Amino acid sequence: MATVTMTVNGKKITGTVDDRTLLVQFLRENLNLTGTHVGCDTSQCGACVVHVDGKAVKSCTLLAAQASGSTVRTIEGLANGTELHPVQAAFREHHGLQCGFCTPGMIMTAVDMIERAKKSGAKLDEKTIRHELEGNICRCTGYHNIVKAIEAAAGAMA
Amino acid sequence: MGVEGIGARVLRKEDQRFITGKGRYTDDFKMAGMHQAYFIRSPHAHAVVKSIDRSAAEAMPGVVAVLDGKQLKVDGIGNIICGWMIHSKDGTPMKMGAWSPLATEKVRYVGDAVAVVIADTYANARLAGEAVVIEYDVLPSVIDAVEALKPGAPQLHPEAEGNLIFDWEIGDAGATDAALASAANVVEMDIVNNRLSPNPMEPRAALANYDSAEDHFTLYTTSQNPHVARLVLSAFYQVAPENKLRVIAPDVGGGFGSKIYIYPEEIVCLWASKKTGVPVKWTSDRTEAFLTDAHGRDHHTKARMGFDKDGRITGFKVDTIANLGAYMSLFSSSVPTYLYATLLSGQYDIKNIHANVRTVYTNTVPVDAYRGAGRPEATFVVERMMETAARELGLDPAELRRRNFVRSFPHQTPVIMAYDAGDYDTTLDAALKAADYAGFPARKAEAEKRGKKRGIGLSCYIEACGIAPSAAVGSLGAGVGLWESAEVRVNPVGTIEILTGSHSHGQGHETTFAQLIAERFGLPVANVNIVHGDTDKVQFGMGTYGSRSGAVGMSAIVKALDKVEAKAKKIAAHLMEADAGDIVIENGVAKVAGTDKKLDWHMICLAAYTAHNLPAGMEPGLKEGAFYDPTNFTFPAGTYVCEVEVDPETGMTEIVQFVAADDFGKIINPMIVEGQVHGGIAQGIGQALMEGVIYNDDGQLLTASYMDYQMPRAGDLPSYKLSTHETICPGNPLGMKGCGEAGAIGSPPAVINALTDAIGHNKLEMPATPQRVWAALRAG
Repeated sequence: MATVTMTVNGKKITGTVDDRTLLVQFLRENLNLTGTHVGCDTSQCGACVVHVDGKAVKSCTLLAAQASGSTVRTIEGLANGTELHPVQAAFREHHGLQCGFCTPGMIMTAVDMIERAKKSGAKLDEKTIRHELEGNICRCTGYHNIVKAIEAAAGAMA
Repeated sequence: MGVEGIGARVLRKEDQRFITGKGRYTDDFKMAGMHQAYFIRSPHAHAVVKSIDRSAAEAMPGVVAVLDGKQLKVDGIGNIICGWMIHSKDGTPMKMGAWSPLATEKVRYVGDAVAVVIADTYANARLAGEAVVIEYDVLPSVIDAVEALKPGAPQLHPEAEGNLIFDWEIGDAGATDAALASAANVVEMDIVNNRLSPNPMEPRAALANYDSAEDHFTLYTTSQNPHVARLVLSAFYQVAPENKLRVIAPDVGGGFGSKIYIYPEEIVCLWASKKTGVPVKWTSDRTEAFLTDAHGRDHHTKARMGFDKDGRITGFKVDTIANLGAYMSLFSSSVPTYLYATLLSGQYDIKNIHANVRTVYTNTVPVDAYRGAGRPEATFVVERMMETAARELGLDPAELRRRNFVRSFPHQTPVIMAYDAGDYDTTLDAALKAADYAGFPARKAEAEKRGKKRGIGLSCYIEACGIAPSAAVGSLGAGVGLWESAEVRVNPVGTIEILTGSHSHGQGHETTFAQLIAERFGLPVANVNIVHGDTDKVQFGMGTYGSRSGAVGMSAIVKALDKVEAKAKKIAAHLMEADAGDIVIENGVAKVAGTDKKLDWHMICLAAYTAHNLPAGMEPGLKEGAFYDPTNFTFPAGTYVCEVEVDPETGMTEIVQFVAADDFGKIINPMIVEGQVHGGIAQGIGQALMEGVIYNDDGQLLTASYMDYQMPRAGDLPSYKLSTHETICPGNPLGMKGCGEAGAIGSPPAVINALTDAIGHNKLEMPATPQRVWAALRAG
């Protein structure tokens, strides 16, 4: 067993977990943060993307113990109270989601993508966004509106 | 009427919870004392189960039970059934082999469930599962349906000699043969429709709880049709009578057909919960999903199409072998028959059609409906034939199609369907214009200069949706009626709940259905809640598949709304001392036409419930229900144009443009409809270029993860150019046709027609991977 301590969505939490517990399991099962989803077993689908110390990470690729000491942000911690994050708002505005299962991972990836582009000064055009979404699979939307939502959110966050 | 009525791009009400991580999917639910199930699955494609030794596993930490199929049988749990009876042309019924939820004697595909461990955690269940010792006698296996029909092939079920499930036909063989014999030109093709895995992003899951005090079960499950699940679990699997079983399909993360069926895992979790006295949860991992979710497609077809000297189709003959996998899944028999061969007339006036379909057992996952279900297979055959015929006859592919379009409605095809309305010229014209079809030769020449091979391809699809008039499908073998129900509950304060038997797993029903209220009464959609997915709340329903929620589900709501409106008008007329015929309800206010008398909607509702002053003899309350049984299938249709560029050095295909011009009849929310088309096209492009289930000769599934099965990624796909044209469907009150499957139906032939145009010959099968395209370029 391992004792893990981390800051999740601004709250300091401590838990005791089986050594093999993945970060995504810890979030879902111990913290009841079920917005982070599991869509595959091979770290391909991206439904479990969260931010660890400010970077987008697939939470199925990390042990909870490895994340001990980190600051974690999940989809539940993205909005500012009732005020949606611009990426959340853009996904709704542009119909960038259907069943909603991949959506939390998509949004967390998109936030990271836009923030990195802002820092580096890179332009997020359609081609770049599509390339950046390599690690996130959506089966419903055909990505068309996800790309539009991210383009719009990047504009709103500029 | 109003900003949120029919035709308005209302943003989705359901999005708030999904974008904030507050969606509630089956795996998100927990119960006190909940345990986890781990299924032990056959590692062999075909084997006799000799023995199961559970002793070591039973002693492992956290384990409460290890259960197998013999115990399941002792407890009277029934075999899994196929609910659509098809008779062979010799009159014999289809040969349904026994499918036990846990295999008792034989296993017939890799992934066939043999036993289950129930333990306190998933990790402990899985560890114990690995300690269950099962001895198998491995048998020879057969994967390919054509091979399975050959003499000497391994036999799967004693009920089905030669692995043949049925040998079925439709249409007039003699007339079609004669038409082909006298045709000026005959085009022949062998066509393979590749096997796919549906892959909704949420894996299947079940959480079952048995309440011994009430002798009552609750099942949370990833279902597109919870009432059908309850019916089948009760009537055929003997889990519990319907009044003792509540099925809840909460937020469901996509279905695409794969979540229509009742699988072994739900049955076993329910049974195991009673047996162990603890709530039992199972959540599929992705590899399990590939191994056990019903696959789609997998047809081998020989087709011959005859033309007269003017390019008019005179006859069409189709011979198809369809792989149904190791067992017959719930609707498997209907897919390659009434959902396939009845669409072989396409958008064309063809006098003579004959199709023969043989369905076959193989040692693979059961095959059933996947987005489009039979109609993509039909469209692929018809539209590959048309494009090929145009090339062979030296006609422009658009022109050949135009010469054969149905233009007079209703149109009776020789294969059952009676097309009610359509305008195929308009969607073809719209697509050609949007794609700048006329400018293609210049674009091709320009690409040639860059060393790229450019091609363009069309697909003029038709499909049949709304499944379907109950009496009609009953006469064709369906075990259920395919109506839909709705209940409209108006609250005393004027807010409204609509209970529907349709189920949303991404389609946006909570928004689109609420728009009917905005249209009818001018009330904001925020005042309307859509209730679905719970057998304790909604009385009954047939669920969502076959693009039926609009044409059938919303029609039921319209019928119930008619009754609500009529009663509300009577109350309003009574209170305002007017005639009910003079009452108009708009913008949330009832008015007496031609006067300044008015009454707010909520005052009518309050009056209905206070019942202090109602018309004589009227019952209190404002709640109405309706069942709607469709009068016909609906027939969405359209034209898709795909333009590709191939890099001859690498075989890489780039889709440089994809145009869709669809006719879905009346559209309630264009934003949601466009989203459905985007997603459907993506799945169709996936089928055409990337996706394919591959088993090796021993029946091991080689494509059992996202590292091996190529799901379309954002970078693989273009943005789409869409347009719609409305011809109103005369068969339902809203004039809707349905839009959920069109994209997946229409797109694969457009892509392959474009690719074969680019490479200059027809020898290319789906998925047209870079390797295949590269090889085809060198074989040409």
